[in-house]
Amino acid sequence: MRRALLWQRLSLLWFGAIVAFICLIPFIANPYYLSLGVIIGIQTLLTLGLCLLMGYTGQVSLGHAAFYGMGAFISAIATRTYDWNPWLAMFVAMMATGGIAYVVGLPIFRLRGNYLAMATLAFGVIIYILLRELHQYTGGPSGLSAIPDLTVRGFAFDNDFRYYYLVWAFALGALFLSQNIVRSRVGRALRSVHGNEAAAQSLGVDVARVKVSVFVLSAMYASLAGSLYAHYVTFVSPQPFEFMFSVRLVVMVVIGGLASVWGSIFGTASITLLSDQLHRFGELDTIVFGGMLMLVMIFMPSGLTLGVRELWEQGRARLERGVRLWARASSS
Amino acid sequence: MDTGEFVQYMVSGVTMGSVYAIVALGFTIIYSVTGIINFAQGEFVMLGGMTMYVMLDSFGLPLAGGLFLALVIVTMVGMALEIVAVRPARNASVISLIIITIGASILIRGVAGQLWGKEARPLPPFTGEHSLHFLGASILPQTLWVLGVTLLVMLVLHLFFNRTMLGKALRACSSNRRASALMGINARTMSTISFGLSALLGGLGGVLVAPMTMTSYDVGVMLGLKGFVGAAMGGFTSQLGAVLGGMGLGIFEALSAGYISSAYKDAIALSVLFAVLFVRVGLVPREGSATA
Repeated sequence: MRRALLWQRLSLLWFGAIVAFICLIPFIANPYYLSLGVIIGIQTLLTLGLCLLMGYTGQVSLGHAAFYGMGAFISAIATRTYDWNPWLAMFVAMMATGGIAYVVGLPIFRLRGNYLAMATLAFGVIIYILLRELHQYTGGPSGLSAIPDLTVRGFAFDNDFRYYYLVWAFALGALFLSQNIVRSRVGRALRSVHGNEAAAQSLGVDVARVKVSVFVLSAMYASLAGSLYAHYVTFVSPQPFEFMFSVRLVVMVVIGGLASVWGSIFGTASITLLSDQLHRFGELDTIVFGGMLMLVMIFMPSGLTLGVRELWEQGRARLERGVRLWARASSS
Repeated sequence: MDTGEFVQYMVSGVTMGSVYAIVALGFTIIYSVTGIINFAQGEFVMLGGMTMYVMLDSFGLPLAGGLFLALVIVTMVGMALEIVAVRPARNASVISLIIITIGASILIRGVAGQLWGKEARPLPPFTGEHSLHFLGASILPQTLWVLGVTLLVMLVLHLFFNRTMLGKALRACSSNRRASALMGINARTMSTISFGLSALLGGLGGVLVAPMTMTSYDVGVMLGLKGFVGAAMGGFTSQLGAVLGGMGLGIFEALSAGYISSAYKDAIALSVLFAVLFVRVGLVPREGSATA
């Protein structure tokens, strides 16, 4: 009991340190890394949702770029073409994207087998084609520019410094929300589904519904990220929302650890920084990411961070056993 | 409605449908023997076309020799994928296996893009460029090759799975792994063979389709997805179903490209997958299916 309390305090301290570090970055980083920091914050929202999905439903989405793109384009079209309030547009985009995820997810989670990956892959390709072909709304391949800034009572989030704090406020908010969900009644239902689906079902957990809810939540996070992205770069085109981006998000989750809420920051940041470095050597990132996905999933199926922790704990247990044996041997 | 036009759409639909059917067969074979959905299936199709191009263009091999070597190479890549990446993760969860095969797929694509560049490559048709005329539609000789080879593949597969020891062993493995192991069938070897066989089929599909549509390092995603839709339409375990599903998808796609919109033809073809999923939820009783 006391040990649990201590652990809770330690983890609080640990979270505090992470939050403090994130808040300090704009004062240390040069402008280039500050803009990368904004992008990492936006993408953390995406990987967070995907991490909940992969960790707690045992299925993977290969179409998260599509939900991200829907958020970005709904925000762009509503604010730029129809002069909506950006915050309202952001909210409407989340609702619309969540609704579509519900319709897509409902049949998939009621079926046995693994259709989600392929279905979301197909969904992603369909949305990409629509973004490219619906010229009159989306601007086609050349996209939409001059998307207005986000403002609060005349205070405009119009530079990287301000936008950084806005984005990370959303990202950390979503992190705390997710962590509370994971620890709540719904979260226990989620974990029971993860542990033993049949047992969970016999205790009255509507497994399919719990899974669809996680999927919808992750799509809403993605949409929010898309809206933030659109108002940040003030320009959207279909290209960033392609299939390869969905794969990159999966790489981030695999590195950060499946079902590891805080790991999603680590996964997002490390992959963003790594691919920034890899770009100097040409287009090597597909090869590197492909290899990483295979290696990590073969040797550490719960993801890199959790896998390393498991290995460490195994090693420590072995060491402790060794020490005990040695102590016994030397005392006798 | 113009008959000539309609026949033309049907011909191109059946042609592309044959290719989708061959890719779908690849999905079905791996799935029924190992229970894995192989996300790298589309890359086998890409590799078939691209290695054939390299054999003809860089090594100057004759058509038959290039075809043979291309198929051998793709089959070996398929078996290597199983041995290197799938076998070490034998007891992994479904999500791990999906991610491993996705990793393999983008790795293969990345290497192909680095090795052979990103341009679309043309491949000569197997024989003749002069089109034949039939009911007001013009048919390229390559179309006949595709149809002929598809029929041959179906016949050979049928004989293989019903008349040969190896084919029967694969079937035994897919119906009950443990029982077949007790009969002395090595499930690991069967798994490797199923990957090799489905890579062979994928490569064949790629070789057949390349002269009609060109090929490049990134054609795998779309061809793989459409093969998957065909397999899903056929219910994933039946080979006849996969062939019919692939054909049906090809025809549906060609008709919608002709009569609705060619810009949206891929989107329309892929949305069939959602129709299939909804129908299957409707058909399967709720209690049984809720544990997805």
